[in-house]
Amino acid sequence: MARNIKLRIWRGDSTDGGLKDVVVEANEGEVVLDVIHRVQATQMGDLAVRWNCKAGKCGSCSMEINGKPRLACMTQVASFGEQETITVTPLRAFPIIKDLVTDVSFNYKKAMEIPAYEHPKELAPGEARMQQIDVERSQEFRKCIECFLCQDVCHVVRDHEENKKSFAGPRFFIRIAELDMHPLDMLKNRKKTAQEEHGLGMCNITKCCTEVCPEHIKITDNAIIPMKERVADIKYDPVRWLGTKIRKREGL
Amino acid sequence: MSGVFSPTRARIKERTLRTDKWWLQPLVTFGVLISFVIYATFRAFEGANYYKDHLISPFYSPCLSDACLPEATILGFTPFAKEIFNFPLSPALIILIFPLGFRMTCYYYRKSYYRSFWMSPPACAVAEPHKKYTGETRFPLIIQNSHRYFFYAGLLLNVILTYDAIISFKNPEGQWGHMSVGSLVLVVSSTMLWLYSMSCHSCRHTIGGRLKNFSKHPVRYKLWSWVSVLNHKHQQFAWFSLAAVAFADIYVRQVATGAWTNFYFF
Amino acid sequence: MTLERHTYDVLVIGAGGAGLRAAVEARESGLRVAIICKSLFGKAHTVMAEGGAAASMGNVNDKDSWMVHFRDTMRGGKFLSNFRMAELHAKEAPDRIWELETWGALFDRTKEGKISQRNFGGHEYPRLAHVGDRTGLELIRTMQQKIVQLQQKDGRETGDMESGIKVFAELTITDILKENGKISGAYGYWRESGEEVLFEAPAVVIATGGVGKTFKITSNSWEGTGDGHALALKAGANLVDMEFLQFHPTGMVWPPSVRGILVTESVRGEGGVLTNNLGERFMFKYIPDVFKDKYADNEAEADRWYVDQDNNRRPPELLPRDEVARAINTEVKSGRGTEHGGVFLDVSKRISADIIKKRLPSMWHQFYELAGVDITKEAMEVGPTCHYVMGGVEVEPDTAAAIGVPGLFAAGEVAGGMHGSNRLGGNSLTDLLVFGRRAGMGAVEYVKKNGANPVSEAATTAAANKIQAPFDREGGENSYSLHAELQEITHNLVGIIRTGSELKDAITKIAEIRKRSANVSVSGGRKFNPGFHLAFDLDNMLLVAESTAKSAINREESRGGHTRDDFPIMNEKWRQINNISSFDGNQVSIREQALPAIPKELFDLFDIHELEKYMTPEEIAKGGSN
Ligand SMILES: Cc1cc2nc3c(=O)[nH]c(=O)nc-3n(C[C@H](O)[C@H](O)[C@H](O)COP(=O)(O)OP(=O)(O)OC[C@H]3O[C@@H](n4cnc5c(N)ncnc54)[C@H](O)[C@@H]3O)c2cc1C
Ligand code: SF4
Ligand code: SF4
Ligand code: FES
Ligand code: FES
Repeated sequence: MARNIKLRIWRGDSTDGGLKDVVVEANEGEVVLDVIHRVQATQMGDLAVRWNCKAGKCGSCSMEINGKPRLACMTQVASFGEQETITVTPLRAFPIIKDLVTDVSFNYKKAMEIPAYEHPKELAPGEARMQQIDVERSQEFRKCIECFLCQDVCHVVRDHEENKKSFAGPRFFIRIAELDMHPLDMLKNRKKTAQEEHGLGMCNITKCCTEVCPEHIKITDNAIIPMKERVADIKYDPVRWLGTKIRKREGL
Repeated sequence: MSGVFSPTRARIKERTLRTDKWWLQPLVTFGVLISFVIYATFRAFEGANYYKDHLISPFYSPCLSDACLPEATILGFTPFAKEIFNFPLSPALIILIFPLGFRMTCYYYRKSYYRSFWMSPPACAVAEPHKKYTGETRFPLIIQNSHRYFFYAGLLLNVILTYDAIISFKNPEGQWGHMSVGSLVLVVSSTMLWLYSMSCHSCRHTIGGRLKNFSKHPVRYKLWSWVSVLNHKHQQFAWFSLAAVAFADIYVRQVATGAWTNFYFF
Repeated sequence: MTLERHTYDVLVIGAGGAGLRAAVEARESGLRVAIICKSLFGKAHTVMAEGGAAASMGNVNDKDSWMVHFRDTMRGGKFLSNFRMAELHAKEAPDRIWELETWGALFDRTKEGKISQRNFGGHEYPRLAHVGDRTGLELIRTMQQKIVQLQQKDGRETGDMESGIKVFAELTITDILKENGKISGAYGYWRESGEEVLFEAPAVVIATGGVGKTFKITSNSWEGTGDGHALALKAGANLVDMEFLQFHPTGMVWPPSVRGILVTESVRGEGGVLTNNLGERFMFKYIPDVFKDKYADNEAEADRWYVDQDNNRRPPELLPRDEVARAINTEVKSGRGTEHGGVFLDVSKRISADIIKKRLPSMWHQFYELAGVDITKEAMEVGPTCHYVMGGVEVEPDTAAAIGVPGLFAAGEVAGGMHGSNRLGGNSLTDLLVFGRRAGMGAVEYVKKNGANPVSEAATTAAANKIQAPFDREGGENSYSLHAELQEITHNLVGIIRTGSELKDAITKIAEIRKRSANVSVSGGRKFNPGFHLAFDLDNMLLVAESTAKSAINREESRGGHTRDDFPIMNEKWRQINNISSFDGNQVSIREQALPAIPKELFDLFDIHELEKYMTPEEIAKGGSN
């Protein structure tokens, strides 16, 4: 049951580019990545696109489809109207390389800036004991497939190039939250650095990151807001602050 | 040229290529919030029609100024004068600052007014109109971090409004054991307020979210799990409670002006 | 234009589990390491592994030990595994998993707070450490973050985070270079710009993963083009037993665009049942004699096993993958398949919707989003898909050094021997860790002994010319269509069930395509041009396909991931033989080589009656070597 669909694909590089119309065959059950591959194999041999797993597991095929940041391998062609033109563009928050491929190195740089996990020295391999309920919160964040759709949609950097210096972005807020909630992590000042170095305060919790996350991680509710509350504990709450000075309390 | 129009990014003229009605939601939110603000301002300054036969409007409770009708006060407790610097003070103005502050600093309302009023951003993947953006890092928005204090105040208010709801189970003659449409309205509004407060993110944090090891605090973990369930629906509770409180006020006002009669079931 | 050059101590090609583990090891020993991968960092195949990582930690059943694990591995591989590799793997796997925990991994837990372990096909006890059904993601992310940790440390010490270990992502290696018979470096191009890069390093670790893309229906991504296999062959190394390919029994079959995508074995581990279109639970018919005492022959006992594993035999759905794949293949061929040519796999009857979503979240997601099937309510349609290559570079077990090429190491899926004729699920992830680490250690030792080995101008020029060639040709063959033709041939002629005449046919056809591929031309520029990228991958796949077909025609028996219609039974004589592929620059040739004999102490771990099913009486009489 093949039919022809209309596609508008952004083609170009850092010097110039624009949307190109193509008509391509689509079969039942196909996703946008399939038809892009068909365009590549039959009409535009040098169309650049990233992908790997084709099953929403690797986070390579991130792009914007009808203006929304999405995984092309998880976007059914049938979810659009029969007559609708599907517009496909590269991620718009990152520098363009070519066609649908952008330079996502911003994210890898930020990853390198988040202080790593610190295991308790006295615990030898195999000795760690953690309850499922204690790891569950962090496990949610470790589902992240690093598609960087959240980083792309976040207006803090999408709309303000200059903020890239001082803002780690939602992907790395969940990384910080993951470590801060990790039952064994020994590094102490994650809350402080989250606010002072990684730009947690720049986030205005408008939740676009959560809306686009293909892993349905509750980025804002479960990571960013709890981190903001934890930051408030040590920076903006005189009572709590006093409490920590008087007796060393867990969770801080 | 900045943002999505920066020279390094893919050259695309449109602010957004979204084809859905992305503007609808901020527009509706804007409409609803602005109507509420207008109505609330009008009511806050009205200084009348907030009490009738053991029904007190949540906008005026607790009634703390000596301008209050004596029946509307809690045991006649009125620490505030009716005028400050020659400015006639409606009792509502004293108290409304708390629910207002609570909602202004609420994580959910922040999202909705940043989007619908400030358009930062108007919707996801729609370029915002501002040149500069610093988020909640400076004054005044850094104040948002005080949300937990408003949450504590909110709890106190909830207790009082629950008390008001209980009082409304009296008939006009002051006998207990009667119930009117008004009691129902107050019960619904105070319940919604509880749900709103209990689902608050600061509540979730305080009750258990701040812990590193849940397994060492089984009771707080249970509580946290429950609050987390509510927290999931915080947005809904935010709107329902707003509507319920507004309706409670409208109802009391209509009864107080005599436009509606409060029907007693028994 | 000057050529981009880098000098390192160790070059790791591949950023999957094996490559990253090797890199960590080499860096921790103080060497400077480059990691090179074709995709972005963190996207390698390993990320897709779902079920878990097998290690006999004994957290769920304390009867488990390395000896049981070793036995399972040997049995699963039909006694063709390199015993030393299987031994090292079984012994070291638990330490490798625990080590991940010290780097921040968060596995699912048991009640006592230990790492939880699940059942998997061919494993006697619950053995797979897991995180829901995204274990590979956990593995790769943990090591990625470990590397960041090492980089942060280097940053504190030298002021440059990338001074000791650097990732070169989206870079394809096209040649491994040698000088004076020893490794000297590697040559490749940036996928992004098409610009060429020369790496100089005395040791190269190949960790490039599998070959699935040679086949039409596969669970592998575009990366699985057998680059490492081909690079090693061309560098003078051998491949061992390339005929053994694992067809995973459960790939998606519908809709067509997702055909081949994996349905994790955990679905069966958690209680999923296979039925044909008559509603018959057919696996009971396919229990081979060698497994009769381990697998239930009736539904009642199979069902009881889920609650009481000590007193019941396990359900036949959990037979090793090759058995299940062949069974499904037979059912479908006999007309008892589903409408789309698969069979049904159903978990909805046995476990509740909540538990399914909790234990198999990404499976639920995958079927819901891609096939519109809610697996908590309906059955899935599944069929075999090309999943894993057991064959690979012939290595020294203890050091992972490629035999015949000083300075070359191989670990992970690209290395051969460990899994014999069939890999058990979950054994790959720990294989990556165990031998990734050993390859790292091997490389360190080698570099410390041998020192730098500069690349010559001639070698550089030859490598550069090869990259330019397809651009200089005009109107030649299209790499996309050649690839499709190759996949058609392998699928039809070198697939799950093979016969001598078809294999012969395949060899001729592959050779023809090889000839035509020398004439591939590329349109467009060098910048991120997939047509150009495929041209090189194609070359590798052709070499792999040739090696597979030739090994397959040579092995006149059926065993594990190699089934010959014309030689349908296992033959003890062939158990003693490895097919070794080598390349003379022109074509692949096969030579038979005796399997290393199993030492007595390992021999004695088995029940003699079991060994009798696999070994010749003489071997049994000898009772293992010393
Ligand atoms: C869907 C799926 C599910 C699986 N589930 C399980 C499971 O549950 N348990 C289990 O034990 N195993 C599982 N496996 C198998 C296991 O995941 C793989 O065998 C294993 O991940 C291979 O790891 P690797 O490190 O050898 O290589 P890979 O992870 O495949 O990585 C190969 C790396 O090499 C790079 N590379 C390749 N060629 C070149 C080149 N020419 N130049 C530069 N770089 C190159 C690639 O970019 C990549 O980074 C699964 C496999 C798949 C596909
Ligand atoms: S919630 Fe914060 S981090 Fe997420 S998209 Fe909005 S501003 Fe960015
Ligand atoms: S948090 Fe979600 S959206 Fe962001 S990178 Fe991870 S998976 Fe993608
Ligand atoms: S290709 Fe892996 S997420 Fe789309
Ligand atoms: S009331 Fe909304 S988050 Fe606290």
